[in-house]
Amino acid sequence: MQWETVIGLEVHVQLATKTKIFSGASTAFGAEPNTQACAIDLALPGTLPVVNEQAFRFATMFGLAVNAEIGKRSVFERKNYFYPDLPKGYQTTQLAEPIVGAGFVDLELGEGRSKRVRIHHAHLEEDAGKSLHEDFAGMSGIDLNRAGTPLIEVVTEPDMRSAEEAVAFAKKLHSIVTSLEICDGDMSQGSMRFDVNISVRPKGQEKLGTRTETKNLNSFKFMEEAIALEVERQIDVLEDGGKIRQETRLYNGDTKKARSMRSKEDSNDYRYFPCPDLLPVILDDAYIESVRAQMPELPEAKRARFVEQYGLSSYDAGQITMDKFAAVFFEASTKISGEAKLTANWIMADLGAYLNRTEQRIDQSPITPELLAGLVLRVKDGTLSSKIAKQVFEAMCNGEGDADTIIDTKGLKQVSDTGALEKIIDDILAANAPQVEGYRAAPEDKRAKMLGFFVGQAMKASKGQANPQVLNELLVKKLNG
Amino acid sequence: MHQFTIAELVKGLRNKDFSSTEVTQHYLDRIARLDSTYNSYITVTNDIALQQAAAADKRLAAGNAPALCGVPIAHKDIFCTTGVRTSCASKMLDKFIAPYNATIVENYLNSGVVMLGKTNMDEFAMGSSNETSWYGPVKNPWAIDCVPGGSSGGSAAAVAAHLAPAATASDTGGSIRQPAALCGLTGIKPTYGRVSRWGMIAFASSLDQAGILSRTAEDAAILLNDMASFDAKDSTCVERDVPDYTADLNKSLKGLRIGVPKEYFGEGLNPQTAKLVEDAIKVYEGLGATIHSVSLPHTHLAVPAYYVIAPAECSANLSRFDGVRYGHRCENPTDLNDLYMRSRSEGFGAEVKRRILVGAYALSAGYYDAYYSKAQKVRRLIKQDFVDAFDSVDVILGPTSPSPAFQFGSKSKDPVAMYLEDIYTIATNLAGLPGLSIPCGLVDNKPVGLQLIGNFFAESQLLNAAHQFQQATNFHQQSAPGIE
Repeated sequence: MQWETVIGLEVHVQLATKTKIFSGASTAFGAEPNTQACAIDLALPGTLPVVNEQAFRFATMFGLAVNAEIGKRSVFERKNYFYPDLPKGYQTTQLAEPIVGAGFVDLELGEGRSKRVRIHHAHLEEDAGKSLHEDFAGMSGIDLNRAGTPLIEVVTEPDMRSAEEAVAFAKKLHSIVTSLEICDGDMSQGSMRFDVNISVRPKGQEKLGTRTETKNLNSFKFMEEAIALEVERQIDVLEDGGKIRQETRLYNGDTKKARSMRSKEDSNDYRYFPCPDLLPVILDDAYIESVRAQMPELPEAKRARFVEQYGLSSYDAGQITMDKFAAVFFEASTKISGEAKLTANWIMADLGAYLNRTEQRIDQSPITPELLAGLVLRVKDGTLSSKIAKQVFEAMCNGEGDADTIIDTKGLKQVSDTGALEKIIDDILAANAPQVEGYRAAPEDKRAKMLGFFVGQAMKASKGQANPQVLNELLVKKLNG
Repeated sequence: MHQFTIAELVKGLRNKDFSSTEVTQHYLDRIARLDSTYNSYITVTNDIALQQAAAADKRLAAGNAPALCGVPIAHKDIFCTTGVRTSCASKMLDKFIAPYNATIVENYLNSGVVMLGKTNMDEFAMGSSNETSWYGPVKNPWAIDCVPGGSSGGSAAAVAAHLAPAATASDTGGSIRQPAALCGLTGIKPTYGRVSRWGMIAFASSLDQAGILSRTAEDAAILLNDMASFDAKDSTCVERDVPDYTADLNKSLKGLRIGVPKEYFGEGLNPQTAKLVEDAIKVYEGLGATIHSVSLPHTHLAVPAYYVIAPAECSANLSRFDGVRYGHRCENPTDLNDLYMRSRSEGFGAEVKRRILVGAYALSAGYYDAYYSKAQKVRRLIKQDFVDAFDSVDVILGPTSPSPAFQFGSKSKDPVAMYLEDIYTIATNLAGLPGLSIPCGLVDNKPVGLQLIGNFFAESQLLNAAHQFQQATNFHQQSAPGIE
């Protein structure tokens, strides 16, 4: 049977506000446990929440970026459950009246394919603290630094039909929130966490299959793996005549295995009700328009601008603008070198590979826009062949200095001087008389292929520094006598 | 010295007739001597009180001290006080010491007011008799075998027994006004949002409001001047100037339109109480007010709606008492569930547990619409009743509670009978309106309270009406027998 995969996402996006959503405590990551939790975050008795205006501004920006209706009246509710990292015994969140209503995101999937994913809504809520189950000898440690960090939870419609689409959506969302600068986008620190709802159904069937939810995926790679694994599991179960149980699952990226965490039957009755400590938040048109006016450039607009302003291809522009920091890097470097296309190629190819390999972010790259521009300039003016440029880049990665320094110390300057090259060519032709004979006897159309041999020899003799164009011209001239 | 009202203390301190240290020491001595009879204090802060009094005396000597500087009062143990236990009369918080002051405590500190101690109350303010306190019941100074009312019973008994010239209190469904009535005091619950809730341990957030128990309306006005403030730390606090509540006290009541709701004189009202309220109406007529019959048709729904909304909110508000970060924790928990269940079972008393259960039930899937949603609709109707009534009258008048103080144990086994104690006070909280109670006579030598309900933020008008009544009568000057 042919199966169709149906995927919906719930994405928790940590907002990059300086302070928490209901208290004045800092949201900075990585502090000593429980040093960034004030009396409100600890839920000491008599304390009261006050909403952080910045969180509403950020949520409004997000709503506008995903073409959504902004909730002019939004209401916080209490979601009641007990857990040690939930100090109040309820999470303050939004339910019936969220800040962001229905919207959509358009994806480009390559090869001209596109996809619209509908956003059901997005709501503001507070994050919980962290329970630490290791290192406490049979006990659990509680760190409440994260408790009260503002989140928007973005809920999509079940519009995605493959892991590829789900990952493309996740990446797009990442690029939107980082472009808006409402989230630092650092997934390794939990700044974006994905819950994936997955079901399968026979192709052509309208009714949705029973879904499972795989929670807390914090990388695109894990997300892709977890979806593939779960789709395969569900199809196996169904093809063996079994039934899918509605449950919450956890995927372990290290072992590449998933397990059931709890079934729907054990699910809580959260007894939601409007939080009496917080009044409904009313936003008027003037506020919404003021937010719109201050929004940074979104990836879509930036892409169009890169095509227009820098002459990049639509695809290249899309790649570069996907990551806000890559776009910043590109513009900074191009400004110096004046070489948009070369710069884009370097960012997408060698620099990208290097950052991936060393697990670094482009905004923290030791190869700065200035360094890359220095290299591109030397390629542009013919000092470096593209092959030697790669060597220089590697040396730059090893911290050996800027392009000019490396070229000088290693003597990597491209040889375009015809005198020096003629000498090399003469030596090679003399040393390879039979091949020269063969070349001259061959018909015109075979010669081009045979030329490669001499180019290789000459390049080798020049330690790769020969200017290939000049070398070619000289060789052909000399061989043809 | 303990005969003095707050107004008299303010004047005496200013005239150097006595020092704050003398007054404070006098009250501390009385508390030490007499409170074993009443149990009105949970914690007496001798050292802090004397330090604060000494500091107040310095400010007074230096001149320019705020009006209330050097005046001692007691705080209900629901208000957090830095460095001093705030128990809410619960075993759960028997060892809890807040690292912050409630805003009202802070306001009074800034004014140089001296804290004598923290008063007893029903556990988490849940009760109308002060029988639910983990620290034992409070005795009514008027009749030692009777309850002082609740939940602010300790504050009321302390003021009635002259163990404090006045006390702070809180009112969620009548917790200031009913004890005021049962102990022969003046008690005011301001408009919801007039006084900050920061640092006041929450029972039902949408209903809780801090206020004052004092001997006279004038004292209440003086104290409310410093208690009320806009506080950005409480999102439900209303940003609105605080008037001088003493400014209108002596205004004539000529032409004041007083509404008397017929629903407040039905079945369940003690006939002798009704008679005293009718006498009070005549006093007001004598003062130039006009009396109008009004209707608050949804009155009978106030108690049922309240006992859905208040427990619902409390069920969530009290979830934070889980034994994890502070408060009572059971011995040797075997796992997380055991920790939760035993800590909460041991830490909370029966009435608190009852309300948490009722509230959780009312909010649970399948019952939410029938209970919580419906109660909210009723709440809107009740508020509308008042809005409509205030179209034609300025103040609404009625009894504060159905009968005078009752004996210990007479209602504690019957929750519904106890809940009906607040039948005339609860609607005010549901509507968010200000209300006060003043003494209007005795039945069987026990005080009876007259309730006045005002429009939103009409505290000045209420206090004016109360003060004028007290100028024309002397019920408020009567002391409990044996209290010299």
